[in-house]
Amino acid sequence: MSALAGAGNLLRRVCGTFIGTTGLVIVAVVLVAAIFAPWVATADPDRLDVMNRFAAPSLLHWLGTDHLGRDLYSRLVHGATVAMSVALSAIAIALSLGTLLGILAAYLPTRLERFILIVFDVIYSFPSLVLALAIVAVFGPSTLMVVIVVAITLTPHFGRVARAQVLTLKSAPFLEAERILGASFPRMVLHHVLPNILGPLVILASMDIPVVITIEAGLSFLGLGVRPPLASWGTLIQDGYQFLSDSWVPVVVASLALAFATLGFTLFGEALRDAVDPRIRGER
Amino acid sequence: MMTAAPAARADELMRYVGSRLLTTVLIVVGAMLLLFTLSAVVPGDPATTLLGPQATPELSQRFIAEMGLDQPLPTRLWRFFSNVARGNLGTDVISGRPVAGLIREVIPYTLILTFSAIGLAVVIGVPLGVYAATHRSSALDNILAFVSVAFIAVPSFVIAIFLLLIFAIWLDWLPVLGASRTGALGDEFKRMILPTVALALGWIGFIARLVRASMLEVMGEPYIRTSRAYGLPERLVTYKYALKNACIPTITILGLGIGRLLSNAVLVEIVFARPGLGRLIYQAISERNYPVVQGAVLVVVVLFVGVNLLVDLSYSAIDPRIRHTTSDHGVAG
Repeated sequence: MSALAGAGNLLRRVCGTFIGTTGLVIVAVVLVAAIFAPWVATADPDRLDVMNRFAAPSLLHWLGTDHLGRDLYSRLVHGATVAMSVALSAIAIALSLGTLLGILAAYLPTRLERFILIVFDVIYSFPSLVLALAIVAVFGPSTLMVVIVVAITLTPHFGRVARAQVLTLKSAPFLEAERILGASFPRMVLHHVLPNILGPLVILASMDIPVVITIEAGLSFLGLGVRPPLASWGTLIQDGYQFLSDSWVPVVVASLALAFATLGFTLFGEALRDAVDPRIRGER
Repeated sequence: MMTAAPAARADELMRYVGSRLLTTVLIVVGAMLLLFTLSAVVPGDPATTLLGPQATPELSQRFIAEMGLDQPLPTRLWRFFSNVARGNLGTDVISGRPVAGLIREVIPYTLILTFSAIGLAVVIGVPLGVYAATHRSSALDNILAFVSVAFIAVPSFVIAIFLLLIFAIWLDWLPVLGASRTGALGDEFKRMILPTVALALGWIGFIARLVRASMLEVMGEPYIRTSRAYGLPERLVTYKYALKNACIPTITILGLGIGRLLSNAVLVEIVFARPGLGRLIYQAISERNYPVVQGAVLVVVVLFVGVNLLVDLSYSAIDPRIRHTTSDHGVAG
């Protein structure tokens, strides 16, 4: 109950600023589009109507049609589903794996800790898009590949923060007391360490959402991510870009949708961080 | 902090430089292992999987010989490492040219694009940040707060596409596609403008915010108050004393950002059809030319790690406190 009240309180604080409110509204719009895509869309996003290519916006096709006569608005809405499912699944994997490795690193002997940190550094030193390119070059493009690559590149991010959090917590008196009372290691981690380090990690996760959306769109734009005909904002931009001389509408609306979503999640993430971290809040 | 004897201090510096060098080497070796493993774990017959539909028997043969796929793993690993150590990044399977040569041809384009983007971002971002910090809550400060987030959030390839649409197609002001073939400086400069701006916009906002935040922090320090109390001109206090210290975090972030900038440069190069490392990797992937992908990705990683090393070392030269406080180089935060 108190957690719920805390969340409500937090939300109120996020809404208190212009940036927070804007972010929250955009995030809500994108989430609604993503979750209820079949109902929000006005047409089947994959239905071809080649006689009607590059149709101008009308009551039937709110944003017109693309180079195969598919309804652009419906494809955009379904693009939100793809973007959100890729972003959330990749971040969920990275968050769990990173937290696990981070906690382990903090408790393992120095040698193993060093090893984990070096592996983190190696992954971290790959510009993520370039790592993705190397992996896609071998395994071929697919949505699953995008999720895996992004999860791998984000894991060190969470791992480092988790480790740093655990290190500051490790010698806290209440944990010492638990240990002396004979609590097992899993119990200590699950009941005491995890709840105390999860906050910053979740904020980090929310700030990574726009990053993942960008990587997915970038890869799909290159034709190395989500495969057509599945509608992703990246593939929509790519399709539109190829037919730029016929119509600029598809490129512009798809890029705007992408920019709108990344902007919304960035604003929301920043507002969330400011609301939680009183040190940063004090600065403004 | 105690004052150490000069010899001890030099010793400490050496140890710091040594540990950073070691980490850098480990990272490069790790990256090479990863690239090697990727080529080794390819599902199915590697020649056909990596070459795809173009795999004629003789091409497969050449590919297998080139990659040493007929040899046992440890031999291949050893060959890969010793070749790279000698500057041999393998051979392009399709044209038969050495990969190192291909990379040498395109790397200036990527470097010039990346560094002019950083330069532009610094030249515009730093003054904006200083202004925002010295005129807190002014109209420009508030506008900047929002606009900088907007530019940071919007992917640079989207910015690139919009610039292309507006300035090259609708207004028809600038030639866009490709680099200058004639090598004329003026023409090349014009073709650089849009890609550079596309890459730099996000960084302008980023740097402005960073400089603003660190300036605000520094301006509260006692030594600033002291120099004001001595009656030093405000301009001198702001630019000479405050900005100098506020620059340190900016330099680190710039170093770490090179990786992101290189990733973005890949996409921007493709949007503007400019030659460069990004396009080289992209083309190699579509041609399923793994040796080229491997070599070019390795070069990108080395560039990135090298820049980070330089930044870390120069950082500790500017501010000796760093060596004492950060034993673990987790500056990423």
